[in-house]
Amino acid sequence: MGDDAVPQSAAEPLSGLQPGQRGKVITIEVPGSMRGRVMEMGFTAGTVIEVVRFAPMGDPIEFKVRGAHISLRKAEAAGIRVQRI
Amino acid sequence: MAEAPQIFRRIAIAGNPNTGKSTIFNALTGMRQKVGNYPGVTVEKKTGRFFGSHGETMELLDLPGSYSLQVRSPDEAVSRDVLLGRVPDTPRPDAIIAVLDASNLDRHLYLVAQFLELDIPVIVALNMVDVAEQRGLTIDLLALKNSLGVPVIPMVASRGQGLIELKQALSRATLHVSECKAQLPIVLEREVSALSRILKCHAGSVRSEAMLLLSIEDERLAAEVNGNPSLLTEIHAARERLKLSGLDPIAAPVDARYAWVSEVCASVIHRRGEDSHGLTFTDHVDQILTHKLWGWLAFVTMMALMFVCIFVVAKWPMDWIDGAKDWLANLVRSHMADGDFRSLVVDGVIGGVGNVVIFLPQILILFFFLGLLEDSGYMARAAFIMDRMMSRVGLHGKSFVPLLSSFACAIPGIMATRTIENRNDRFVTILVAPLMSCSARLPVYAIMIALLMPASSVWAKAGVMLCMYLLGVAAAFVMAGLFKKTILRSETPMLLLELPPYRAPVVRGIVQRMWERAVVFLRRAGTVILALSVILWALLNYPKPATPNPTRADVLAHSAAGRFGHAIEPVIAPLGYDWKIGIGLVASFAAREVFVSTMGQIYNIEDAKADNEDLRSRMRDERRADGTPIFTPLTCLSIMVFFVLAMQCLSTVAIVRRETNSWRWPLFQIAYMNALAWVAAFIVYQGGHLLGFR
Repeated sequence: MGDDAVPQSAAEPLSGLQPGQRGKVITIEVPGSMRGRVMEMGFTAGTVIEVVRFAPMGDPIEFKVRGAHISLRKAEAAGIRVQRI
Repeated sequence: MAEAPQIFRRIAIAGNPNTGKSTIFNALTGMRQKVGNYPGVTVEKKTGRFFGSHGETMELLDLPGSYSLQVRSPDEAVSRDVLLGRVPDTPRPDAIIAVLDASNLDRHLYLVAQFLELDIPVIVALNMVDVAEQRGLTIDLLALKNSLGVPVIPMVASRGQGLIELKQALSRATLHVSECKAQLPIVLEREVSALSRILKCHAGSVRSEAMLLLSIEDERLAAEVNGNPSLLTEIHAARERLKLSGLDPIAAPVDARYAWVSEVCASVIHRRGEDSHGLTFTDHVDQILTHKLWGWLAFVTMMALMFVCIFVVAKWPMDWIDGAKDWLANLVRSHMADGDFRSLVVDGVIGGVGNVVIFLPQILILFFFLGLLEDSGYMARAAFIMDRMMSRVGLHGKSFVPLLSSFACAIPGIMATRTIENRNDRFVTILVAPLMSCSARLPVYAIMIALLMPASSVWAKAGVMLCMYLLGVAAAFVMAGLFKKTILRSETPMLLLELPPYRAPVVRGIVQRMWERAVVFLRRAGTVILALSVILWALLNYPKPATPNPTRADVLAHSAAGRFGHAIEPVIAPLGYDWKIGIGLVASFAAREVFVSTMGQIYNIEDAKADNEDLRSRMRDERRADGTPIFTPLTCLSIMVFFVLAMQCLSTVAIVRRETNSWRWPLFQIAYMNALAWVAAFIVYQGGHLLGFR
């Protein structure tokens, strides 16, 4: 809960965040033919993303991105690396 | 222009899903709508007409909701191709109405950025300004108009606000192409211009097309350039140059557009107070509807309610249709002399079409519920909740709705697969959808259960019925998993699902869609199904036996279908069926519940229904040559299992043909499902015998 701690250089996977936590996107490495669409849905470098909740069975995850709620599976969210803020 | 001089302007209406686009389309065009298909694809083409402020005729084209012009599903491909002027019989629109959700400009302006690249005049319909106002957002309309360079019409479409202003804006003598565009990095801009010079299809849209080609994923590029190897080389080279200068060709245009969107938003949106952490209505509802416990409870309750309505409420209109059918048949009987022609009209036309039309109430109730769930925003939550389960067999949450719909009827279920982006995932869903027990199987289950366990309680009977439903579900999951690992292998489908804010559904719009469905369904009943019914009637009646005054049973035995029943007897004997059941199986290809009425005809029972005691006792008394009863518990079970798994519905075959655009898939589906049904029924019957059951 330290405010403005030393900037964390280590980027972590978006799937590792808990509900309520937020992260700033650094890289997007979603495999296959949907990479561009993930970005078009707002997961672009520099965007702040909030984890809203996990689905009742633990997967997928609901995120808040640019004012909308978008859901991704853990496997794909793991390819998006963020810096926790 | 020359072919249809009366149309003043052709306008396309487009926007993200859940922006109220259809509401605006319906409000403008009213009942002057036409639903058709784009040539060669199964995407619905919806057009309508309305009159501008000065009485001029406008044609409005409803494009499927999409997030981007970059293509990832058949629906999106159509939107893009229409806007680029590539669709043969659809002229490039003269203008686009871009429908935006005013409460979420941060996201919805992205698509506008792409529309501006098209060099077509754009008019922004800024919908749901009331919601934005409630959220404490004030939008500076003048600033928005200036930064987009296009007219901006504030609207509350659900209440009809802003419609007149929108019409006025569309009726202006000239509409201008905006000069405003997202600024691209210089290196990218250079490549876009270079590629634009090579592509010279439509003067206006080359730039947009060049950007789309440069930034599409490798996996899709080959299909896009479609056998133009020199263009492919050109694009690859351009991408390599971009990468060398440190730009990601896929990310760069997206980043540029979003940077522009953020800039526009910063200058036009004023937030009152602090709203970023306040929970919205949707947040509160979702805390319950996606809760670990309450979420499931709500989900199960809603699904149960839907099925109760489909099976209980629909019973009344179905009885009316049934009554009307009987009344009509009796009317014909009393006014026509007995003979082949009367039989054709009564059994072939009235009976055949009536047996299919009777499912209209169920289909309409299903569509009403699906419309409510879709428009309220709950459907996305259902997919969110179910995704984990579906992903076990390699499908995703979006396959859930089509499979659920298939419990009522596979036809709307298969039509609902259009929302699935990946072709292979969509086809897997189509292939297994008919394994879900549709309502046409109900009468068959009902009579077989009555024969199987006449003395048992209602609960035991319901239990057996439930087992049949579960068998179908299990088979669908197993087969889906199998197909995903073999013939329709594809990368694990990605789930990218928007959970839109909850909204009160516009019932008018839902009813209008139900009406469209009803028209489509009845049109098919009047054409394809009518033809098939007549053919089946002929097969069941010809050739005639030579004896004078043959009974109905004699005619059936002598007919082509009867001979076919005899011919397939060796194949179906191991399942415990005789040739009479064989005729029933053949006839059930028109619609499964026809099995019941055909068995009635075979046993000379007038007016056979599943609840008909005459038919049941007649079937119970039916004996084999050696005096043992035909309909033993094992045979009944074997018949039910066969009906759970077999593909016996010509209407479904027709719709699969249409949706997959080839005969290969429906034929494969018939083959695999019937093989599966045969093997399972064989195991039940022969296995049961080995275990000492009869």
